[in-house]
Amino acid sequence: MSAPGVPAAEEAGAVVRAVLDDLPRHRGVVVDSPPGAGKSTLVVRAAGHLAATGEPLMIIAQTNEQVDDLIVRLAAEQPGLAIGRLSAGDYSAPPRVAGKAAIASKLPDLGEPAVVLATADKWAWAAGGRTWPWAIVDEAYQMRSDKLLRIAGMFERALFVGDPGQLDPFSVVDGERWAGLSWDPLQSAVAVLLRHNPGLPVHRLPVSWRLPASAAPVVSAAFYPFTGFRAGTGPGERRLRFTAGGMRTAYDRALEEAAASGWALYELPERHTVRTDADAVRAVAVLATRLLQLAPVALSERGEHAVGPERVAIGAAHRDQVAAILAAGVPPGVTVDTANRLQGREYDVTIVLHPLSGRRDATAFHLESGRLCVLTSRHRHACVVVARAGIPELLDAHPTAGGVQLNVPVRFPDGWEANQAVLAHLAEHRVAAAPLS
Amino acid sequence: MDRLDTLRGPVPPRPHDARAIAALAANPGCERRAVLDAAGVDKDATAAHLGFPAPFGQSAFAITRGNAFEALVKENGCAELLRLLRDLLGLPVESAGYTDLGDMAGDPPAHRRHEHTRRLIDRSAAEADDDGTLYDHPLLRLEIAGHTAYLEPDVVAFRLGGAFHVVEVKSFAVVDGQAEPEKVAAAARQAAVYVLALRTMLEELGHDPLRVSHEIVLVCPENFANRPVATLVDVRRELAVLRRQLARMTRVGRIVDALPPGLTFDLAPGPDGAPARPVAELRDAVRRVDARYAPECLSTCDLCFFCRDEAAGRGSTELLGRQVRDALGGVATVDEALGLADGSIAPGEGQEEIARLLRLAGRVYAEAG
Amino acid sequence: MSTLAALARLRAVRTGTAQRLATVRHCHLSDRPMVLIPLRMAGEAAAPLAVMAGTDPARPRLLVVPQPRDRDLRFGFAAELAGVLLPYIEGMQKATETVERRGAEPYERSVDAPQIIVPNAGSAAFVRMLGRSTRFRRAEGPYAVHPSVPTLGRWLTYLGQRAQHPGSSLLLAATEALSLHWATGQSRLEDANLASLVGWIDPPAGMSGAQAAREAEDPLVWPPAGPATDPGFDNEVLAPAIRAYEETRSERAAARVREAVRSQLDPVWRLVWRAVGLLEALPAAPGVASRWEADRGSFSAFAAQLAEGAPPQPKRDGAVGAASRLARMERARSSYDAQRAYDDALVMAEYRLTGEAFAGTVVAAEPDRAEGEGRGRKLRPLVTVRTGDPVRVAPGTRLGTPQRRGQQAEVVSVAGGEVTLKIVKGMGRGASATPGAVPEVGEPVCYAALLEEFQPPPALPAPEDTPWTHGGPPPENPPEAESSEEEWS
Ligand code: SF4
Repeated sequence: MSAPGVPAAEEAGAVVRAVLDDLPRHRGVVVDSPPGAGKSTLVVRAAGHLAATGEPLMIIAQTNEQVDDLIVRLAAEQPGLAIGRLSAGDYSAPPRVAGKAAIASKLPDLGEPAVVLATADKWAWAAGGRTWPWAIVDEAYQMRSDKLLRIAGMFERALFVGDPGQLDPFSVVDGERWAGLSWDPLQSAVAVLLRHNPGLPVHRLPVSWRLPASAAPVVSAAFYPFTGFRAGTGPGERRLRFTAGGMRTAYDRALEEAAASGWALYELPERHTVRTDADAVRAVAVLATRLLQLAPVALSERGEHAVGPERVAIGAAHRDQVAAILAAGVPPGVTVDTANRLQGREYDVTIVLHPLSGRRDATAFHLESGRLCVLTSRHRHACVVVARAGIPELLDAHPTAGGVQLNVPVRFPDGWEANQAVLAHLAEHRVAAAPLS
Repeated sequence: MDRLDTLRGPVPPRPHDARAIAALAANPGCERRAVLDAAGVDKDATAAHLGFPAPFGQSAFAITRGNAFEALVKENGCAELLRLLRDLLGLPVESAGYTDLGDMAGDPPAHRRHEHTRRLIDRSAAEADDDGTLYDHPLLRLEIAGHTAYLEPDVVAFRLGGAFHVVEVKSFAVVDGQAEPEKVAAAARQAAVYVLALRTMLEELGHDPLRVSHEIVLVCPENFANRPVATLVDVRRELAVLRRQLARMTRVGRIVDALPPGLTFDLAPGPDGAPARPVAELRDAVRRVDARYAPECLSTCDLCFFCRDEAAGRGSTELLGRQVRDALGGVATVDEALGLADGSIAPGEGQEEIARLLRLAGRVYAEAG
Repeated sequence: MSTLAALARLRAVRTGTAQRLATVRHCHLSDRPMVLIPLRMAGEAAAPLAVMAGTDPARPRLLVVPQPRDRDLRFGFAAELAGVLLPYIEGMQKATETVERRGAEPYERSVDAPQIIVPNAGSAAFVRMLGRSTRFRRAEGPYAVHPSVPTLGRWLTYLGQRAQHPGSSLLLAATEALSLHWATGQSRLEDANLASLVGWIDPPAGMSGAQAAREAEDPLVWPPAGPATDPGFDNEVLAPAIRAYEETRSERAAARVREAVRSQLDPVWRLVWRAVGLLEALPAAPGVASRWEADRGSFSAFAAQLAEGAPPQPKRDGAVGAASRLARMERARSSYDAQRAYDDALVMAEYRLTGEAFAGTVVAAEPDRAEGEGRGRKLRPLVTVRTGDPVRVAPGTRLGTPQRRGQQAEVVSVAGGEVTLKIVKGMGRGASATPGAVPEVGEPVCYAALLEEFQPPPALPAPEDTPWTHGGPPPENPPEAESSEEEWS
């Protein structure tokens, strides 16, 4: 929990120092990073710190995009660091990476850079022979432990960084036969690491620099009930205002509510629908359009800037919902994607189609807390949730089924409780949809 | 609460045991079940009288096996259990004791037995020393919708380092560290009821309720032998569900208030011992309360065959399962769904999409099949 | 549940009979399958009560343990079961073929393999459990058993585990195989009852599927298909019979138990064979042969391991074993899913509904279109397809097509019911496309975002090199060592 009275930057800085101090003392160090808590900053700093020892470092990320993002930040913040990027044969480097890293598909072709980055998959192919004194594993909670198994032999010590509140890795096959094993291949890399090495230090980044003061306590209480974090900015330090005149439509009122309070629930009348509920989909699309028409300007500790479409995202649970939203027409440049693919991203304003909207029966998929966590923690300023009325009743009627496996640690928070907590908060920012014409 | 008594009629309420309480969450959306449970109506007898007896028999073999295993575990003052707990919880060998809370003269009524349990647990909670003790045959209490339910945990609460652990003895096997997930889940739900009852008691006695651990000790036979093995099971989730369910039960009044006055599920026996009530009357009464049938009821509720038959009579899509129902976007009946699919029914407001999807499915099916 | 499957179930309700979910059969059916129906003693994890087994519908073998709690009787039963199962399995190993491999030694593969058919998923799990309880036994030392018992245990374990491998047909559960091909007018949960499932698919004359299914729920008409027995039967018939045997240990008492059990198994025996008949009536999908080939390969490899005296399978997978099994299963899963869709228009229909696939007619084609210049010139034919399906594939997605297996196309654009594709693989390497490789205008085609090609997974460390993150190297003496003396009581 946050220490009262201590400035956020100081508190966060102390944790980063503690992490760096722990690195030489332990074989592995784990850092839990809630949304926007400066995970990449930590990775970049730790990389600089480790590279300064003169020992080579490998960095493992999960997707090519994450690798590229890290290269851009490393190059900017650690100039002079020789960076190498291992990639698959058919990878073509995006322009932002150009000139910042040596790129090759085989290790020997990279020369001797201080830092080599690649995806976990690519590293697995590069295995053999060389051992690295240090590794940094990024998004380690989204990495399946079988991937770690393939590459853990390549390094002696490692820093594992990730967000425990987001979506767990999954598989298309039933993994019941491994349930309860300490090395269950379907568990996350961190879960398996800590079960075998319970003594390793686990640090927590205490401050979210992304989430505004209006969101951090909500997200913290719903999804990180035992550890918690706080916002890096105080109430009122982040502001969103509209420079074009609004109308008194329900859409605009919802957007104004979100601008004023950081949250809005745009609530459609209760109805059971198919997943691609046309009304909800249209509401999402119109909200995005209206948002940009209102010419929003964001004021924050970084100064003032106009919020363009590239700073706006729409999130949904299913791919068919994403397709339906795209088909409904959203302003060009606005990101529309599933929770899985929005992990790790950041926007000024997000519009979320609630996973339980219109459902008659909630499944484990819909209730998975990580999904809602991703969707409600991408924004720096405001989040508008679109949902049908009746979700509290749906949660109330949800049967508890499903088995319990022995020796499998219980995953917290429970999706039910997390959903309930978020809804309770959203209820205070509810704007009823106008009757549809 | 006399409204609930009227609903039940002049028979004593069916006592809730831990299994029944744990089962409250099996279909919380069903008003019928909520009302019958809150009123303490015997659902099994109701189903039988309606001509749809519940399909849940228990094999004598399983019962015998369960009893034999429990006896083995509790033999010689729970010697075997103490050994397991020492290993699992790290208890020093010498210091474990055994107290039989059921050891009372005569055959005292439940509330007296509960008082006895309460006194001894209170004393134990107040003591500073760290001895482990097994309490056999405790009798706990929990308020369910205004009624008192007495609960008899199989065994025991165990105190170590100031903490109590509920111990649950089950006769399903743990093979190579794994057991059937449904059975573990049922055991965990049941144990959570005891944890809650024990916590409530500690709280009433002015002790910290959290001294009752959320980790229960599950004792099962290991592999293919009779040797018991103990595993810790975290029941925090089950506890949360249970609390929600009990809170809902107290709100059942709202449903009850909306029922026609005088409605009753009376099963009072006639001269021949069978319920005197005409079946048709009982059927109408039960139908007055909305059900929410799902195929899962077939393994969790005594009334399942009755409700399934009722749903079939309505041509309800509920028969096909929650997932089908959800995929149909809430279309309530088979006829309506098929009508939308073949275009013979014009979609109502809000049904355009599911109608389009069903028609598309129909076309693709025809092209492919 | 997909809308298609939901619609099929709705129609089953309306028509009173099950509806097809597949046009072809997606599992292999042997010429000589062995049906095996195990029953378990209630309340016990692995106490067999009986097995009915055999390859001839007219001649079931019935093996019964008259007192399932008696350990000697149980081992005797295991040896008897070995006597039924092992000759069948070993018979399959006799005829082999030599398989040449690129970059590896050729190997011998059996031309056929055993196929065990059990009633339901619970029976398959019980087969695994029986395997677990017998494979560590030894033929000498304390609690010695007949030498065939540990071999039986290894085979049951192998078959039970292989049943979890997607697309494998060595051990089939009848309910699952049928559910893959038919949708009933009841729920999935009720489909787990073989009698009611078969009732929907093939109701007796004069009865609707729904009626047959209801009747099938009466344990007096249709005893449960196991492994659990009907509690009413246990209490009223079996318990007294076992008690009588316990008291007298006489042949007559044993025969009474036997007849009691037979009354429960006979109907199930006929039912499983009926299920086999229903599956047999479907033509096999093209992909079945290659998956069965993989099954035969796996079977031969395991037989070879056994012959070389490999130790029994471990109780649980080690870290490396688990990861490698997971990788194999995931690959098999994706390839099985893709093959079924390409083999079967009804399976493909589900993907069309979700927009991951579409069917339509070619409205434009540029078969000789190329990209790049000179030596970098690549043939990249363009095809435009008009479709009424709700296409949801993003530009850049790779697609395959059932009309031209092995070919791959990339989505260029999707607009107004027309999808433009660029063929990137499988159209020939020359300056112009192989004749017939590019669909012509007017041709009906189907494309899907399902690929049948898979990269092999990257290597895993050797078990003895298990890294510190996963617990380090496993102990030299695994706990299996003592299991031969494990109680089975
Ligand atoms: S069987 Fe009937 S009463 Fe019981 S939970 Fe299901 S719908 Fe409700």
